Amino acid sequence: MDKIDAIVVGGGLAGLSAAYRLAGAGKQVILLERGDAPGSKNVTGGRIYMSPVRKYLPEIVDSAPFERRVVKELITVLDESSGLQFEYGNEKWKKEPYMSHTVLRAKFDSWFADQAAAKGAFIIPKKKVDDLLWEDGHVAGIRSGSEEIGAHVVIAADGALSFLAQKAGLRQPHKPENFAVAMKEIYQLDEKTIEERFGLGPDEGAAGLFMGSITRGMFGGGFLYTNRDTLSLGLVVGIDALSRRKGATTAPDLMEEFTKRPEVQRWIRGGELKEYSAHLISEAGIGTVPKLYTGGMLVSGDAAGFALNLGLTVRGMEFAIASGVMAADTAIEALEQNDLSEGSLSRYEKKLRESFVLQDMETFRHSKEVLDRQRFFTVYPRFMCELFDELFTIGDGPKESLYKTAKRVAKKHVLNMETVRDLMAARKV
Amino acid sequence: MTMKVEEKIALNAMKNDKKSHILFDQSKCSGCRERMCIAVCPAHLYSLNEETGEMVVEYAGCLECGTCLIACTYGSITWEYPDGEYGVQYRYG
Repeated sequence: MDKIDAIVVGGGLAGLSAAYRLAGAGKQVILLERGDAPGSKNVTGGRIYMSPVRKYLPEIVDSAPFERRVVKELITVLDESSGLQFEYGNEKWKKEPYMSHTVLRAKFDSWFADQAAAKGAFIIPKKKVDDLLWEDGHVAGIRSGSEEIGAHVVIAADGALSFLAQKAGLRQPHKPENFAVAMKEIYQLDEKTIEERFGLGPDEGAAGLFMGSITRGMFGGGFLYTNRDTLSLGLVVGIDALSRRKGATTAPDLMEEFTKRPEVQRWIRGGELKEYSAHLISEAGIGTVPKLYTGGMLVSGDAAGFALNLGLTVRGMEFAIASGVMAADTAIEALEQNDLSEGSLSRYEKKLRESFVLQDMETFRHSKEVLDRQRFFTVYPRFMCELFDELFTIGDGPKESLYKTAKRVAKKHVLNMETVRDLMAARKV
Repeated sequence: MTMKVEEKIALNAMKNDKKSHILFDQSKCSGCRERMCIAVCPAHLYSLNEETGEMVVEYAGCLECGTCLIACTYGSITWEYPDGEYGVQYRYG
């Protein structure tokens, strides 16, 4: 079979990074994307951190059509009928180099695809890859419908579901306890309204996190990002708890309930709903990272389970970009040595281990088991809301001393062995 | 203003294939009491036909997240991506 140098499956950030890099090194590369254009099947919560990825693709990172640079973080802790909101802003975030940007993937990914095409990558949309081709126990290309394309190396960047990694025998079927589902709504609002409502200057953005009763005791939380003239509002919830009806509700009802909260309505009111999307999130950290390579094939981005939820920060896109670049670099070396064997491609894992990708995944190995402790979504938010409720409330009788109030509320909720156990567990992250 | 999930999905750009990309093994479904698929699908596409006792999916509104495939621990759901050209096309993402 005739073979080209490389096939990249999937036009997300991992695949586009790999194709851009391979084409830049003068390799023949075809990227197959099942959507109408790269980005059209992709969903993000909304924020990308610059520092981890700048060294991998500086020219992309510094000229990409991002939405707004994040200059403030809004954290909202919710009980059934009350909410406590913190805002953290930092003047240094308003100056270059900017720490993070909000992003919409349809726009960013299609722009990125144009950059890869300009380097010489062939981007073929509307093409679903159905299977891998094999030759002497090595991956030797792909099949799409009745069409077969041979390649010396296949980079699977086919997203969190990665059927290719499963077909290649690199991973087991996914388990519900290792994944969350994110639902997201896009609301259109004019730029000025967004800036006034959130207290932002031009090009400045805010990132919001919501936690507490909105997930009805299930693993998860809400997010809100300001884009140029839209807001990204979403809710993430663990699939295992949801499927066992631990919240006695369904995913769409939980989302609707979240958007109806006054603490959410204050931001989105007047906005016109433009899109409703959903996406899988790998939550299990390094525990579910598959084998990352086999003869003739590498796995990157979401397909490799590269995502990290630390509660306050949720990351995936940086891992996708960096792992896509490292997969490409590994492939380039292997192509130049004319050795696409499993042993040769094992250098991919070595590169990942020397980078933030597998180092961060390793450091936060236990984040899921810590975050999965139900009290983080029930007891602590309730304690915080009730404490403020009592401190602010003036009733008809004499007011108790503030210290006594705090002690009483704390005793009711958090001064107990369970909290000690939660703290002990939290030492792991 | 409450919005039904069907109305939300109607806002999306979608191109639907004539054939479903989601299939059931009804013999496995008949042994299922939990109906995880109904609880987890963000688009609320799954339902039980009370008359026939069979599971039904409105595949045309699929957001292509794959949550149902992971949630169905009976292994009843066969789920593939829609063929190229079909399915949801996110304009924002």
